Amino acid sequence: MTRKGKRLALISGALAVLAIAVGLVLFALRDNIVFFYSPAELAQKRVAPGTRLRIGGLVKEGSVQRGDDRNVAFTVTDRTADLSVTYKGLLPDLFREGQGVVVDGTLGADGAFRADSVLAKHDERYMPREVADSLKKQGVWQGEGTKK
Amino acid sequence: MIAFSSLANPAVFLRLTQRVLPWLGAASALLSGLGLYLVFFVSPADYQQGETVKIMYIHVPAAWLAMFAYMVMTSASLGVLVWRHPLADAAQKTAATLGAAFTFICLVTGSLWGKPMWGTYWVWDARLTSMLILFLLYLGLIALRQTMEDSPRGARIAAIMTLVGFVDIPIIKFSVDWWNTLHQPASVLRAGGPTIAAAMLWPLLIMALGATALFLALHLMAIRNEILRRRVARLTLQAAAAGEEGGAAELLEPAQ
Repeated sequence: MTRKGKRLALISGALAVLAIAVGLVLFALRDNIVFFYSPAELAQKRVAPGTRLRIGGLVKEGSVQRGDDRNVAFTVTDRTADLSVTYKGLLPDLFREGQGVVVDGTLGADGAFRADSVLAKHDERYMPREVADSLKKQGVWQGEGTKK
Repeated sequence: MIAFSSLANPAVFLRLTQRVLPWLGAASALLSGLGLYLVFFVSPADYQQGETVKIMYIHVPAAWLAMFAYMVMTSASLGVLVWRHPLADAAQKTAATLGAAFTFICLVTGSLWGKPMWGTYWVWDARLTSMLILFLLYLGLIALRQTMEDSPRGARIAAIMTLVGFVDIPIIKFSVDWWNTLHQPASVLRAGGPTIAAAMLWPLLIMALGATALFLALHLMAIRNEILRRRVARLTLQAAAAGEEGGAAELLEPAQ
């Protein structure tokens, strides 16, 4: 093996070890790296009431109830489990039924979630409005934002 | 590989890049100009985000270039460590500043985009955090270079640090697939083809090409400057050594 070959092998070996080490660390920390849990994951976890967490999912169609003084109640769903959420404050522009959201707050003893902040999440699809409308008209629309 | 080894000669490199640079600059200006025209006057508003989607045409190319610059630095670091290529060190050193600039643009535009769409300037999700780490890596590598003199040893240390930092690049790319994040998954470089309408994809790709040409032009210019700077430093040393017999006495004795 030439000198260059040896150096290359040494570097590749060191980088492979480093990559495995980082991979293991990230795998061990996966619970802390996720930005939010889904309602189904929350149901499995049996979290103690009062714990701060973030729950992500879709706003269930027909679940949004606006009260007075910026109070709003809605249900976050991942199509497997539901979680009812109450929130007081301004909602992001993208917030609507069928839209992805991440709510940050605490779980009450009654199983309802009191959100301190509501973030909107959008998916990776970008298209002009006309295209979205015609897809909906043809009935081939999939995913979030089915209702406006 | 032949072209590569002839580029090893700094004089050949200076001559070649002098001819290439005007073309790269013109390509960057033309592509960016065309791209901006398409972005502002042709590309449609998004069905969900409206006109805010136009931030994407700056944000996404900046993010791509931020990672591309690091890949260039990684290749240059291999050039330093394995092949001892004389220009690799200059390429590694100068790409850091450009990469930091593109990462900064990506973070700032992303933040300004996040406020109206998500409802927040910043969250500590995996994509945003790994991108911030890339920015800190660039700053760290720049600082490392500032503390060391031009020496083969300094070049090797910086190259090793660059290789270590490379683990962040796949983490940035796949963060949105491996973990739940607020940031949406990839829209262009994904299995199954882009999920961006063609009318928005073309302006984006043209903007990205313009940004790439800009990066290459600035990087070549920075490498040229680095070569010339080292040449000046070497000549200054030589002149100081040659002038020792005549000028040493003046240098040693402070003027009264």
